[in-house]
Amino acid sequence: MNRSASNAKIESEVSLLQGVRPWGRWGLRAVAVSYLLLMILVPLGTIVQTGFSAGILVFIRDLADPIAWAALKLTLGVAVITTAINTVMGTLTAYVLVRLEFPGRRLLNGLVDMPFAIPTLVTGLMLVVLYGPQGIAGAWLQDQGLQVIFAKPGIVLALLLVTFPFGVRSTQPSLMELERDQEDAAYTLGASKWTTFWRILFPTILPAILTGSLLTFSRALGEFGSIVIVAGNIPGQTLTAPVHVYGQVEFDNARAASAMSIVLLALSFGLILMVDWLQRRKARMYAAP
Amino acid sequence: MQPRESGRLSADGTGRRHQRHSLGEWLLVGLVLAYAGLLLVAPIAAMLHGALRPGLGAFWNEVSSPDALNALKLTIVLGLGATFINVAFGLAIAWVLVRDDFRGRKLVNGLVDLPFAVSPVIAGLMLILLFGREGWFASLTDALGLRVLFAWPSMLLATLFVSLPFVIREVMPVLTQIGIQQELAAYTMGASPWRTFWCVTFPSLRWGLLYGISLTLARALGEFGAVLMVSGGMRGLTETSTLYIFRCLDDRNYGGAYSMALVLAVISFSLLMGMEVLKKRTEQRR
Repeated sequence: MNRSASNAKIESEVSLLQGVRPWGRWGLRAVAVSYLLLMILVPLGTIVQTGFSAGILVFIRDLADPIAWAALKLTLGVAVITTAINTVMGTLTAYVLVRLEFPGRRLLNGLVDMPFAIPTLVTGLMLVVLYGPQGIAGAWLQDQGLQVIFAKPGIVLALLLVTFPFGVRSTQPSLMELERDQEDAAYTLGASKWTTFWRILFPTILPAILTGSLLTFSRALGEFGSIVIVAGNIPGQTLTAPVHVYGQVEFDNARAASAMSIVLLALSFGLILMVDWLQRRKARMYAAP
Repeated sequence: MQPRESGRLSADGTGRRHQRHSLGEWLLVGLVLAYAGLLLVAPIAAMLHGALRPGLGAFWNEVSSPDALNALKLTIVLGLGATFINVAFGLAIAWVLVRDDFRGRKLVNGLVDLPFAVSPVIAGLMLILLFGREGWFASLTDALGLRVLFAWPSMLLATLFVSLPFVIREVMPVLTQIGIQQELAAYTMGASPWRTFWCVTFPSLRWGLLYGISLTLARALGEFGAVLMVSGGMRGLTETSTLYIFRCLDDRNYGGAYSMALVLAVISFSLLMGMEVLKKRTEQRR
């Protein structure tokens, strides 16, 4: 579909409407915009103000505090690991769902959305029940010398669970839209399945895969509900950045909490802007004749 | 982010061809099923087991304790309240972003997605800063004699913030898709904008809106981080279901935690099932 053409059409129609009721339009516009500003922009402003309230040096000192720094490093580390695993498994799941026929396919497709619906706190609780020291799998794993809950593997597991839909649902639509003639051409020319995947399929769905990865990473940076249950929150070891923000607020240190929040927000917003850019690039690719 | 039913391609026979899979492809299927089984199914099964092992009677006792009932009631009231407000403002915002044109529209459009990128704890922190002792809005609420923090208004605001984008993002594509020919026709025949919206535009938005509502409700019922920061967690007063679970875990009352978690999981699961039905409806209408 040619998006820019249809947008232009809508815009020309809008100008027709604009003459109708100027007061109603202005009123509605004012309500919508001021609601968003009040709900989103003003609260963000107060965080930035508080974070920098004692100057940039104190802002840096707040972050360089050993516990804060360890929390930030841990959060970035587990987010990277989660993103890597989730990207691979999400892409494979999307491929299997779109291209292959097998018993239970519809069930799996419905299951993918589950982490969106279940409260993250409940997600964390589920993992503790299963992998905790008294859990069915946890006891066995502990005998093998692997501690999952109250350790890093538990954090990654929780993040993998809550971000699972992002990896699958970003890639799935672009796999479905994909025409098969190029692949067929590659097969006809004697390319193997493997070659066809890497040379034809993969480059086409790469923007969608990257979008999924960025969404996963952004979500992994901010996750709290499931992590606070499974991580054990040992300062310097298994305390993540969002849990650190929570802890600082409990200690009545709003400035340090804001400083850490600013870092997390900056990272997330940067990623969202990148997702936006990727999607626009994708739209342009499809719009090209 | 909106998932589309993948079965549609095979239904009209264009996408999937019936072919025999190779061994490698079966291995791939096995790998994905094993991953989903370990990651998604096993924890759910474990929690079911944990909640129901002491018997249905014990489960019922936990869920019907006064604290649990109060928490559940508060969660539902907050969830419905937040959904109602988000629908009202969401419709207005979606309409303005699609049908209206003004300077800075793209920027405002970008603003809508921000709550998805903000950690719930940060959402809670924002409210504490805004309404706390020296917050920007503190003097206003003091003058009005309104208690916001550690009371229901801040909990409602927190829930509103985290679930704000859903309705807008579900309604906007539908509004764009239906175009304005019919609305123009209604205007030409003398209908007021208000009447045009309710009689012409709204009926087409119905399914998309319902989908947005279920997403909003699911998110609102399950919110934890933001509400934890601002509620103060007074038992029976400002304790939602998720906060109740959190306190039960602290008190080592695992029966109570598992039972409430199961109730929340069942509610979310039903919402999800409802969404699957809605998704199929919207697909058919397209």
